[in-house]
Amino acid sequence: MKQSILMLGIATAAALALPAAAQEKIKLVNVVELSGAGATAGTNWKNGIDLAVADINARGGILGRQIEIVHYDTQTNPGNTRAAVQRAIDEGTYAVLGPVFSGPIGASMQIAQRAEIAQIVGGEAAGLTRQGNQYLFRTSLSQSAAMPKIAAYLKNTVKASSVTVVWVNNDFGKGGRDAILPELQKAGIRVAADISTEQGQADFAADAIKVKNANADAVFVYLNEEESARFLRAAKQQGVDKPMVGETTLLGAKVIELAGDAANGVRGHVGLSIDAPVPAFQEFGRKFQARFNYASDHNGLKGYMAVAMVKWATEKQKKFDRKGLADTLRGATITPAEEPGIMITTKIEANGDLDRESFLAEVENGKQIIKATLPMINP
Amino acid sequence: MAEFLAYLIAGLATGAIYALAAIGFTLVWQTSQTINFAQGEFVMLPAILILAAVKLAGLPVWAAAILGIAAFIALFGWGFKLVIVDPMIRHGVLPLAIATMALSIIMKEGAKDGFSAEAQRFPSLVPQETVSFLGISISLQHIAIIIVACLAIGALQWFVTRTKTGRQMQASAQNPNVALILGIPVAQMVMLTFLINAALAALASILISPIYLAKFSNGEVIGLFAFIAAIVGGFNQVRGALAGGLIVGVIDSLAAAYISTSYRLAVPLVLLVVIILIKPEGLFGRKEERGV
Repeated sequence: MKQSILMLGIATAAALALPAAAQEKIKLVNVVELSGAGATAGTNWKNGIDLAVADINARGGILGRQIEIVHYDTQTNPGNTRAAVQRAIDEGTYAVLGPVFSGPIGASMQIAQRAEIAQIVGGEAAGLTRQGNQYLFRTSLSQSAAMPKIAAYLKNTVKASSVTVVWVNNDFGKGGRDAILPELQKAGIRVAADISTEQGQADFAADAIKVKNANADAVFVYLNEEESARFLRAAKQQGVDKPMVGETTLLGAKVIELAGDAANGVRGHVGLSIDAPVPAFQEFGRKFQARFNYASDHNGLKGYMAVAMVKWATEKQKKFDRKGLADTLRGATITPAEEPGIMITTKIEANGDLDRESFLAEVENGKQIIKATLPMINP
Repeated sequence: MAEFLAYLIAGLATGAIYALAAIGFTLVWQTSQTINFAQGEFVMLPAILILAAVKLAGLPVWAAAILGIAAFIALFGWGFKLVIVDPMIRHGVLPLAIATMALSIIMKEGAKDGFSAEAQRFPSLVPQETVSFLGISISLQHIAIIIVACLAIGALQWFVTRTKTGRQMQASAQNPNVALILGIPVAQMVMLTFLINAALAALASILISPIYLAKFSNGEVIGLFAFIAAIVGGFNQVRGALAGGLIVGVIDSLAAAYISTSYRLAVPLVLLVVIILIKPEGLFGRKEERGV
């Protein structure tokens, strides 16, 4: 009888404790491109987030609270992104994670700003952090930080005196083109052809023929993942034999997988890579491969770091304060010693831009090989 | 001149794919007097099925290709006619056209959710190399597409015009009631038409997917351009679809080269409007009269 009463007591206590435990969870909403033109980037970003959440929850969560992660697919549509960010805020997200594409970020960032909630994104377009939004934070280097490195690489390593620029006509591509052209001019490199392509474009044969006929010393390719792969394949089919130089995306794991042999010889600057000589990146790459059965690109690393930024800032302020999260992140420097999930010392500028080490890489035999490590711009 | 030839060949290769898909429009039109708005997805899906057989069932590519194509022809040739066309055509062509729109969405979303939202690499039958001719580099893949598509369309044209079964197909399409009186198995001929449509779509899928990469959304562009090609060439003629496909492909390539990539989609649409205004039956189509 005594045993039955004891069991009943335990069961009642457990039943009462369950809702309390559920309330303890901290909700994070990830608004991201899981279909449409940004599906490749968005899926990597989402998987990186899922890995980070699993790791953090396994270690006890943030300030003792488990993370509940929710993903909303924007279909790479700015209108859907706005609706999803608003929904995330209405549902009480602690911070907004994503999206990755710069256009949808530009269309939705004012919503998080008005709600005074930090939005941690994967976009690289330089213009995003020039609008005075105190709640927007990057997980990648901005184009204004990356392009001077590319121009220097083209001049000093590739020894190019003329370059053909191939870019995608969206916020990401236009931002990259607008950032690289003045840097090329400063470096004394002539732009032989300036070729615009469309987001989601399937046929790049005409563009590849244009590139070939421009006959520049090198080709700077600034397209999204799938388009990068299609372009590289088309360029190979048209016999383009000039060095293909890009920034992070062009050398990404997914592009290498999709382009196959056509990716060999591609080189350039990468902000993040699981092949970089950073043990934490390589460990992340192994965990990602084991869980998702494919190699992560830079977006997987960015997604992982986004959650680490939330964890670090929350533990720094010792409370779950949405506005305080953004205030703590702004101007901070996060080291792996303080927060292992950040993986590499990362300085967050006052405008949300990042500064950290980056890498020069080349694709050899279907694998990205890191050739050099570049220092932080303002250590 | 060399540059123009390079654009021309690239356009012909893309146009050959549009032609294969456009023939599907004409075949369905001739047998059921309706438009299959899922035609683009018919070209998208075989590649996805083949990759699914490789990745999910672990089959080698050749076996996956046989299985994928057979499954596609069974489902979207035989099954499409029995499950969608036959029940809907009794209620008129408009409900059938709407049903194909629904099918298009189901195929696209099914490929996305059932397989992947991301683009996938698709193996090519020919290497990604080039050959030099008249001072220009020509892609072997483009040459292969043009040759295979032209052979397939030529074989279809020969079958339709030179064989007894082909003539029975034509008779069934032109006047099914008279064909039935003459003892032609009209139902079988119509079924054969749908099977041929599915086979051509599968062929187009295998040819184009190494270039476009296999993705659930590929059918949108291919379907639109093939539709334009069918109207430009003539909706009721196989040779019209062939000519329309090649014309649209070349115009698309030249527009991307000499006008702007941003406006490349607009140029074939302008051509479509011009053709409708000047020659509504299409360049090679024949006028059809209907009693109302």
